[in-house]
Amino acid sequence: MFAHLRPALVLLVALTAITGLAYPLAMTGLSAAVFPREAEGSIVRGPDGTPLGSSLIGQSFTSDRYFHGRPSATVAPDPSDASKTVAAPYNAANSGGSNLGPTNQALADRVKGDMAILKAENPGAAVPVDLVTTSASGLDPHISPQAALFQVPRVARSRGVPEERLGDLVAQATEGRVLGLFGEPRVNVLELNLKLDSLSTR
Amino acid sequence: MTLNGWMQIAVYCLVVLALVKPLGLYMTHVFTGERTWLSPVLRPVERVLYRLCGIDEKHEQHWLAYTVAMLVFHVGGFLLLYAVLRLQHMLPFNPEAQGPMAEDLAFNTSASFVTNTNWQNYGGESTLSYLSQMLGLTHQNFLSAATGIVLAIALIRGFARRSARTVGSFWVDLTRCTLYVLLPLCIPLTLFYVWQGVPQTLAASLHATTLEGAQQTIAVGPVASQLAIKMLGTNGGGFFNANSAHPFENPTALSNFVQMVTIFALGAALTNVFGRMVGDQRQGWAILAAMGVMFLAGVAVTVWSEAAGSPVLNALGLQGGNMEGKELRFGIVGSALFAVITTAASCGAVNAMHDSFTALGGMIPMINMQLGEIIVGGVGAGLYGMLVFVVVTIFVAGLMVGRTPEYLGKKIEAREVKMAMLAILCLPLMMLGGTAVAVVLPSAVASIANPGPHGFSEILYAYTSAASNNGSAFGGLSGNTVYYNLTLAAGMLVGRFFVIIPAMAIAGSLAAKKTVPASTGTFPTHGALFVGLLVGVILIVGGLTFFPSLAVGPIVEHLAGAAGQTFSSGS
Repeated sequence: MFAHLRPALVLLVALTAITGLAYPLAMTGLSAAVFPREAEGSIVRGPDGTPLGSSLIGQSFTSDRYFHGRPSATVAPDPSDASKTVAAPYNAANSGGSNLGPTNQALADRVKGDMAILKAENPGAAVPVDLVTTSASGLDPHISPQAALFQVPRVARSRGVPEERLGDLVAQATEGRVLGLFGEPRVNVLELNLKLDSLSTR
Repeated sequence: MTLNGWMQIAVYCLVVLALVKPLGLYMTHVFTGERTWLSPVLRPVERVLYRLCGIDEKHEQHWLAYTVAMLVFHVGGFLLLYAVLRLQHMLPFNPEAQGPMAEDLAFNTSASFVTNTNWQNYGGESTLSYLSQMLGLTHQNFLSAATGIVLAIALIRGFARRSARTVGSFWVDLTRCTLYVLLPLCIPLTLFYVWQGVPQTLAASLHATTLEGAQQTIAVGPVASQLAIKMLGTNGGGFFNANSAHPFENPTALSNFVQMVTIFALGAALTNVFGRMVGDQRQGWAILAAMGVMFLAGVAVTVWSEAAGSPVLNALGLQGGNMEGKELRFGIVGSALFAVITTAASCGAVNAMHDSFTALGGMIPMINMQLGEIIVGGVGAGLYGMLVFVVVTIFVAGLMVGRTPEYLGKKIEAREVKMAMLAILCLPLMMLGGTAVAVVLPSAVASIANPGPHGFSEILYAYTSAASNNGSAFGGLSGNTVYYNLTLAAGMLVGRFFVIIPAMAIAGSLAAKKTVPASTGTFPTHGALFVGLLVGVILIVGGLTFFPSLAVGPIVEHLAGAAGQTFSSGS
């Protein structure tokens, strides 16, 4: 029996030390040396150095003065009852999707409600699908270029900026498919809104 | 579907195919004990490990000793992981002060990672310390992946050897797989992921003040090192709750592409290892071809269904496909392709929420798992699962022409066929049996999130995913209850080991057989006829077993949705 146990136990401990400690710790050190900005989470800082967020993580925008991201289904523990949860859009400490199925009436109701709000905001245009569907992580940092352009009239009204200027801004902020092939064209909402703020202060 | 969509799928298949031969050659060298270009660095480490463990690397094991060694090793790994999860609040690397994991959840999670399932009833960033992620999960990702690969190697030796008593040494195979195959690939992959934006840090969560003045707490951690092995080892357990949909766990369409490639890389290459070790690479390509046919069929259905979108939402005037539960940077094609790959292999990582897929789009992942994840499959597990089906196919072919069936010169006899059927039957038992019991228990039904047929699909998906050791989920189901934690863990353990043990018995009995020379009456197993027959047997066995359950889940939901019917809770 011991003949079986010794290799099992010693090898388990040795391989645990190699793959569970040496490997991740060595990679942490190496990553910090080679890609320091990415390794710590692609943090975006304000002029005074305070963190404004991460360029990879979406944040909640509700004001008319900003471009909005996609709806987010993330939740947080209910402060009054820890066994329940409450809606907390873009909660980057607890990622997750709505998990609503395609024939769930609750999904149809939510989409219908969001579409009505958006149609009132910009009656002329078709509502882009990404503005009324929640992302898988609830932290999607991007919207489609169509979704950004859809919001231009509202932001322009609210800021008193000509729509053409905002259209140019969206065009500048639009990233194409990776290598012209993979993924979808997209606009990073946080970066677009940072550009928007610098536009106003100039 | 658009031209761009077809191009993405075509480029993906070409890259995976291009990797088959080089990786297959390298792994063959590793497992036949030949020198590789990494030997100067790794050979000394390997020797030290053998000396510490008292392993004689020349000593090979009988299939039973090999299997027992694997089981003993897993018991140790299970206890270690359980202890780390339960004691994480007393151990270092816990900047967010996570408490101990509950007993039933720790049991479920340990079973989940030891069996290469990586089902997540826990939310990574909200329950686990960094030590649990590294020492607990990352380490099990390596070992359960290595175990799958070495078991496949042992089975291959069974086919390749003649009149042999042994199938290799579990200790040597495991050590070499970890040191020579998995670790060297994970190091550049980790750096690639960090370059794309995946964090790799021991710092605590980031506290930011958003542009609108709100506070946002952003979880970070040693993500990239775990991500690399999670995909390469087809483990699939995410650092974050949202898994590879989280922008930190899959920041770009390029990182998404590399993740999809690494899910299939080793599993596809193992078919080549098989071909090389039995002395005829065409045998490996034939098996890969059968996998490829079923894979492409699944991709076509899922991508088409997701691009067409949900009829219920389209009726409201939405266009652009089903984007609920999908990330914009991957789009429909990048999400649907990932879903098929992750369930064809036994990965279970997700970059979109399968629960929100269209009815047919979500059915394909379920079918992939129900067939036993043999379409490339989990590293190693896919190949030995497929070889079990090969045994049955050869048997059926033999019955058709009235000859004793043989494969690669080995006579396939009653013992092999019985063992193959045992392995094939244990999956539906756990998948359908588990579902059948759960749907009549009110407390289990209470965990359902979506009303109507979709709720049944959630439970069916859960037991299917557990028994097939996949780990993806229709995530709406509240699986973190004592009942689900325990029954799903049972499904995972049975689904893993009750396939492994019969497969190893086949390995042992084949290794002991003599080889008969091929004659004009031998059924060639490298041609299109064999590939077609193999696919046919898989689909008939799987189709007959699972069609009734699919009919009352996704199929009826598809028909209801197409007719515009929706379902409300409480009605």
